Amino acid sequence: MMQFMLLFSRQGKLRLQKWYEAHPDKVKKKITRELISTILARKPKMSSFLEWKDLKIVYKRYASLYFCCAIEQQDNELLTLEVIHRYVELLDKYFGSVCELDIIFNFEKAYFMLDELMVGGEVCETSKKNVLKAIAAQDLLQEDEIVEMALRDIGLI
Amino acid sequence: MALRKVKGNLERMFDKNLTDLVRGIRNNKETESKYISQCMEEIKTELRQDNLAVKANAVAKLTYLQMLGYDISWAGFNIIEVMSSPKFTYKRIGYLSASQCFHQDTEVLMLTTNMIRKDLNSHNMYDSGTALTGLACFISGDLARDLANDVMTLLTSTKPYLRKKAVLLLYKVFLKFPEALRPAFPRLKEKLEDPDPGVQSAAVNVICELARKNPKNYLSLAPVFFKLMTSSTNNWMLIKIIKLFGALTPLEPRLGKKLIEPLTNLIHSTSAMSLLYECINTVIAVLISISSGMPNHNASIQLCVQKLRILIEDSDQNLKYLGLLAMSKILKTHPKSVQAHKDLVLQCLDDKDESIRLRALDLLYGMVTKKTVMEIVRRLMTHMDRAEGTMYRDELLQKIILICSQNNFQYITNFEWYVSVLVELCRMEGTQHGGLIASQLMDVAIRVVAVREFTVGQMALLLDNAHVIVGPAAARSSIAEVLYAAAWICGEFSQLLANPKATLESMVRGKVVSLPGHIQAIYVHNMLKLYAHIIATAEEEDDSEMIEEVTNLLLERLPVFVSSGDLEVQERASCIVHIVTYVQKCHKHGDKVGADLALLMTGELNPVAPKAQKKVPLPDGLDLDAWINDPPSESEEEEDDALEKEIFVKADSSYKHRKEKYEPSEEELQKLRDARRAEQASNPYYVKSSALSSPRPNHNSIQVDEIPVTAIDLNVSLKIPGMTSLDKYQVVDGWQDGGKKRHKKQKKRSKRKGQVSSSSEEEINRMHVVNTDIGEMPEGAHLSDDYEIDDRPEDDPHRALDINLDEPLSPNEVLPTRTHYEAHAQRKIESNNEAKLIPSEIPLKMKTRNKKERKEKKEKTKKVKKEEKKVKKKPSRDANLILDLIDPLKETVISDKVPVAANHINGIADAKNKEKTSDDLDFWLSKELSQTPESCMDGTTKTASPSTPSSSKDDSKSKKTKTKKEKKAKKEKDRDKPEKKLKKNEKEIDTLSRNRDEYEETNGTVTQEVEEKLAVPEPQPYSRLLAEDSHIRIVYSTAAMDGVMSEILVCIKFISQSSKPISKLQLILPDSSALKMIRTDPQSELVNLPWSLDPGESKETQLSFTAEDVTIPHKLRGSLSYIQDGSSSSSDISLRLEFPVTTFLSGKTASRATFTDLLSSGQLSARSSFTLPNCPWSFPEVLEELTLGGSLAVVECVDQTASLYGRSLHGHHVCLLVKYQASHHLTIDGKSTEGILLSNALDHLKTTLMQKQ
Repeated sequence: MMQFMLLFSRQGKLRLQKWYEAHPDKVKKKITRELISTILARKPKMSSFLEWKDLKIVYKRYASLYFCCAIEQQDNELLTLEVIHRYVELLDKYFGSVCELDIIFNFEKAYFMLDELMVGGEVCETSKKNVLKAIAAQDLLQEDEIVEMALRDIGLI
Repeated sequence: MALRKVKGNLERMFDKNLTDLVRGIRNNKETESKYISQCMEEIKTELRQDNLAVKANAVAKLTYLQMLGYDISWAGFNIIEVMSSPKFTYKRIGYLSASQCFHQDTEVLMLTTNMIRKDLNSHNMYDSGTALTGLACFISGDLARDLANDVMTLLTSTKPYLRKKAVLLLYKVFLKFPEALRPAFPRLKEKLEDPDPGVQSAAVNVICELARKNPKNYLSLAPVFFKLMTSSTNNWMLIKIIKLFGALTPLEPRLGKKLIEPLTNLIHSTSAMSLLYECINTVIAVLISISSGMPNHNASIQLCVQKLRILIEDSDQNLKYLGLLAMSKILKTHPKSVQAHKDLVLQCLDDKDESIRLRALDLLYGMVTKKTVMEIVRRLMTHMDRAEGTMYRDELLQKIILICSQNNFQYITNFEWYVSVLVELCRMEGTQHGGLIASQLMDVAIRVVAVREFTVGQMALLLDNAHVIVGPAAARSSIAEVLYAAAWICGEFSQLLANPKATLESMVRGKVVSLPGHIQAIYVHNMLKLYAHIIATAEEEDDSEMIEEVTNLLLERLPVFVSSGDLEVQERASCIVHIVTYVQKCHKHGDKVGADLALLMTGELNPVAPKAQKKVPLPDGLDLDAWINDPPSESEEEEDDALEKEIFVKADSSYKHRKEKYEPSEEELQKLRDARRAEQASNPYYVKSSALSSPRPNHNSIQVDEIPVTAIDLNVSLKIPGMTSLDKYQVVDGWQDGGKKRHKKQKKRSKRKGQVSSSSEEEINRMHVVNTDIGEMPEGAHLSDDYEIDDRPEDDPHRALDINLDEPLSPNEVLPTRTHYEAHAQRKIESNNEAKLIPSEIPLKMKTRNKKERKEKKEKTKKVKKEEKKVKKKPSRDANLILDLIDPLKETVISDKVPVAANHINGIADAKNKEKTSDDLDFWLSKELSQTPESCMDGTTKTASPSTPSSSKDDSKSKKTKTKKEKKAKKEKDRDKPEKKLKKNEKEIDTLSRNRDEYEETNGTVTQEVEEKLAVPEPQPYSRLLAEDSHIRIVYSTAAMDGVMSEILVCIKFISQSSKPISKLQLILPDSSALKMIRTDPQSELVNLPWSLDPGESKETQLSFTAEDVTIPHKLRGSLSYIQDGSSSSSDISLRLEFPVTTFLSGKTASRATFTDLLSSGQLSARSSFTLPNCPWSFPEVLEELTLGGSLAVVECVDQTASLYGRSLHGHHVCLLVKYQASHHLTIDGKSTEGILLSNALDHLKTTLMQKQ
C-alpha cells in the first residue's frame, strides 16, 4: 500500500501532499523535510529508489517537479513508477501539457485527480478515460451549481 | 433582505480567492510569513460569516496554507460545516480539506458520523464518491465501526464507480475495526467476480493487502485467484495477484508447483517490466518454499537468473537496482546459480550510484566461498580506500566483517590473514564500527587457539601504538573500542606475550586517561593480569629487580586511575593498588605470592551460548519481579549499564555476562578440562597440540621473504613496524589482477609450489580450527526449543487482522448497526467484556425457540423495517444538517437493519461455501491425493463436502444471482433439507442436534443446532455423548492403548434414565473400511451386552478397535437396541462413534528430554497453527481440554505458555506450543512428523475450542 505521495519542486517547495497513513503534523513535516533534502541531493543518474526507514521511496522527476511515493517493503517499485506516470499523464491531459504553475494554482484539481486514481493508498481506477470522465462530470456538476447559485444570488430564481 | 444579499455579494467580491492568495504569496517572497499571517486573520473573519460560499473559499485557502506547513487544526469545525453543505462544490472542498488535515485522533471527527453517513447514502453518486475518498484518509476506529455497514451497503450499489471505492475503503475499515472483517469478507470475496474490471481489481487489491499480512487465512482463495491469473490480461491486477501468491506459497508448497508453469509463461511472454519483476519475485518465493523434487526446478532458476542479468545489464539504473535486489533473494537458496555472475556483481561495485553499490555489496556477502574470500575482501578494501563519504566506507567495513565472520568464520582458512585484515581496518579513519572490529578480534582470539599467539602479538603492537590509532580524528569515531579488545586480549593471554613488561609499560603510558571509561576500566583490570603474570615468571627466575621495577611502575601510575571520574575505573584501580601494595609488602618479607596472585585470574575461558543467560532455569519459588528491598534510586544502575558495552556478544543486548567474573572451582575446572581433552582427542578435525606447530616462525619466514617484493605505500603514515600488513597475503596467495604483474605472480606461484611440496606446515597453518561450539548452556536447557514469534510491533493493526476466514460465521458476528445511544453505550461496555459486538436488536440470546417462531419474527421485523424506511424517506434532504450533525446523541433508530439481516444470512450461506472452498483447496492442489479426509467419510455426510471441482465452479457462477435470492433459497433449504434427512434416517435427527459433527453443522439447520447446543449441558470433557433418548443415555470415551499397536479402547457407559429396568441391550457396530472392531465372533456385527440396567443404574462396556490410518478422523455408525421391561417391542437408537485424530494420540511417553530432542532433530517437518483471537476459556481450561479431550500430555508449562506432546499409535510425533496472551488471544502452533495428522488434529482441537464459545 502506498503510504504517502509528495510533489515538490526543484527548489524544495512542497506542491502537493497526500497521506494515506495518518501521522501527526509534526511527523509529516519532518518526513517531508528529510525526504526532500535526500532526494534533491541525489544525482540525476541515480536509480529512482531508495530505502528509507522501513519504507521504500520511489521518486521520479518530471520537468521541475519531483513526484515521490513511499511504499511498503513488499510493494512493487516499478508499479509505483507506473502509478506516478499515470498520474502525470492524467494531469497532462486535464490541464493540457501541465506545468508546475497549473498545479500551484489549481492544487485542488490535482488532488481531485489523485483521489480518482487512488483511494486509501491503492490504485482505484486504471483506465485514464474513466478517471477523466469522472472528473469532467464532477466539474460539470460544480459549474451547474455555481451558475445556479449565481442566479439565485442575483435573484433571478 | 435583497439589499443584504447584494451587500454580501459585494463584500465577497473584495475577498481574496484562492488564486489571489497564491499569487499574493508568490509576490511577497521576502515577507511571506507576514503576508500569510495577515491572510490568516482575513480567513478567520471570513469563517465567522454566515455565508457558506465565503466559508468554503476560506477553507480552500486554509487547505493551501496547510500544505505550506501552517497549522489549521483550529478550523476543524469550520471544515465540517463546509463538508456538510448540500452543494457539491463546497462539499468537495470541505472533504478535501478534511482529508488533508484530519487524522484518526482529530476530536471533531466524532461529530461527522451522521453527516458522512448521509453523504454515503446520497442519491448523487459523486457526493458518495467524495465521502468515500475522504473517509479513506481520516477514518477512525469509531467511524469505522459506525459506518462499516453503510460501506458494505455501497458494495452492492449499481454504480461501479461507488462499488470500487467502497471496496478499497473496506481495507481501511478492517484496519481500524477488525471485527468487521469476518462478517464483511463473504461480500468482499464476491467482488472478485464483479462484472466491472475496476471493482474486480479493487477487490484483488484489498484481499492482496490483507493476505500479505496474514497469508494463512487466505489460502482457501487460491483457486479463485489462480483462475483470475490465468484469465486476466490486466497487468495492474496481475501484479497484485502474483504478489498475493508470493505470500501464499511459503505456506503451501503444492501451490507453488502449480504456479511455476503459468509464471514462467508470463516471464517469457510479458513486455511489462513491472510484471516481469513481480513474476520473478514470486517464482523465487516459490522456489524457496519447495526445497526439492521439482524436475524443471533448475530451469526456472536459470530463467530467473538470466532475466535478472538482463535487468542488471540494462542501462536503466532502476532496473539494475531491482535486478540486484532480486538476485540477492535467489542467492539465499541457490548461491551456485548466482555465483556464476560474480563478474557482473563486482562490476556493479564500481557503479556511480551508491544505492546500487550497496545492493552489490549485499550480494557479495552471499557469494563468498573459501576460495574467493580473500580476493573479495581485498577488492572491498581497495574500494574502501577510494570511497568518499564515511557512510559508505562504514558500510563497506561492516560488510567485510560480516562476510568474513559469517557462519562462524566458515570461509576463513587463514586466520592470520583475517587478523591482519582486522588490524588494517583499525586504521580506517572515523569509523563507527570500532566495537564491531573489537568484538571480532576478541572472538578470533578466544576461538581460534592456533592464531592466538599471533593475535596477542598484534594486539601488543596496537597497544604500543595506541596514540596513532586514537588520533585527532578519533573523537567522532568509535575506533578506541579496539583498544578495549587489545587490552583484554593482552591481559587474558599474557602468557603468550613476547615481552609482558613492555606491554604493561605501553598500557600505563600516555593518554589512557583520555579514553572512554569502560576502556580505561578494562585497561586497569588487565594491568593486574599482566602484573600477576610478570610477578609469577619473575619469581620463578628470582628476578627481584624486575619485580620491584614493575611494582613501582604500577604504584606510580595507578593513582591517576584512582582519581578517575569514572566509578568503575576508580573502583578497580583502588582495588589493584591495594593488591599491589600487598604484594610489595609480601616481597619485602621475602614471601612468594606469584602463584597466589595468578590464581586470581586462572580458569579456562569457554564460549557461552548466546541464549545461555535466558535459558538459566528459574529456581522454584523465585519471583524475579518482586522487590527484595524497597526500590532503590535508579541513577547508579544506569551508570553501570552504560559502562558495560556489548563487546562480548553483539546481538543480544540482554546478555551482559562478564566472563572474567566466572570463577569455577578447581574441581569443576579439572573435570571440564578432562572432558575437553577427551573430546579433542577423539575429534579428528581438531588440531592436536602436539601437531600444532607455532605459526610464529612460519609467519616470520613469510615476512622476510615477501616484504621486499611489495612496494610499501609510503603515503600511509600509520605503518607500524612489526604490525601485520595485508600486502603479504595478497602476494602469497596470488590474488593480484592485471597483466603487469603476471610474471611476478607466476614466479610466486612456482615458488609457492615448491614451498608447499616441501612443507606440510603451511597446510596446517591454513587449517586453523575455530571453536564453533554453540557454547555453554545451563543444565537442562536446549538451544532448540524456541518457536518463531510474531515479530510485528505490538501496535501493528495487521496483528488484529489475523482472523480465520474459513470458519463458518456464527450468527452473532454481524456488523454493528445504529441503535439508541443508550444501547450503544451499553454495547461498548459489552464489547470490552467480550470483545465482540452483539447488536441488541437481533434477539439471538434466546436459546430454545423453534424455527417457525423465528421465521415469523424475522418477517415481522422486516415489515417493521420497511415501514421505518418509508417513514425515513419522507423528510426532505434539506433538513437541518448542522443540527443533526452537532447533536448525534439524540439520534433515533433509523432503518439499517435490512442489510444486516441480509448480511447475516448471507454470511451463513457463505460459511457453507467457505467450508467447501477450504476442502476444495486440497482437492484443487492435489487431485492425486485420494485419501483426503472427506473421501473416507460416510456417504450421508457428503452433502457438505465437494464431489467435483465443477460443482464449485457452478457455485461461483450462480453466486451473482444468489445474493438476491439468498433469502428465498435459504428458506427453501431449511424446509427441504430436514425432510430429506427424515426420509433417510428418521431417528438420526434426534442425535444429530447434539452431535459434534461439523459437517452436519454446515447444513441448512445450522442456526438451530448452534442454539440447541447452548441449551444442552456439556458432558464431561473426557466422555462424549453418544446417544440419548427418554430411557437411556449413552456416553463414551476413547483411549489409545499404549504398547498395542493401532488399538483404540472405547469405553461406553450406559446410564438408565427410565423408571423401568432395561434389558437385552444389543450393539450393532458394523466395521467401516478403515476401522475394525476386535470381536470375539468375527462373523457377527452384534455385541450382546450380558447385563440389564436397573432404573438409575449405569454400566460400562469396553470395545477395542484397530485403525489402519491414524492420520485422519474416523467415524463408525451403528445402533443400539434394547427392551424396556413391560413393553413388548424393542427400541432402537442409532449411534455414531467418532474418532477424531486425537483419539489416536497418547501423551504417556512424553518427557522433556525426548521433546526437546525431537524439536531439535528436525524430524518434525510438518507445521501448522491456528489462532483464536477471542478465546473465552482461561488458560487452565484450554490445557484441560487439550489434555483430556485431545489426549496430549503437557511437557512444560510456563506462565501462559505450554508445550504439549502426543504420539500416535503409528509412532507419529505431535508437538504443540500453546500460547495464551492476556487479551484472550490463543495461539496453538503445531509441529509433527506427519502433516495430515497434524492438520486434522489442529482442526479438531480448534472446533472443540470454538464450539464451547
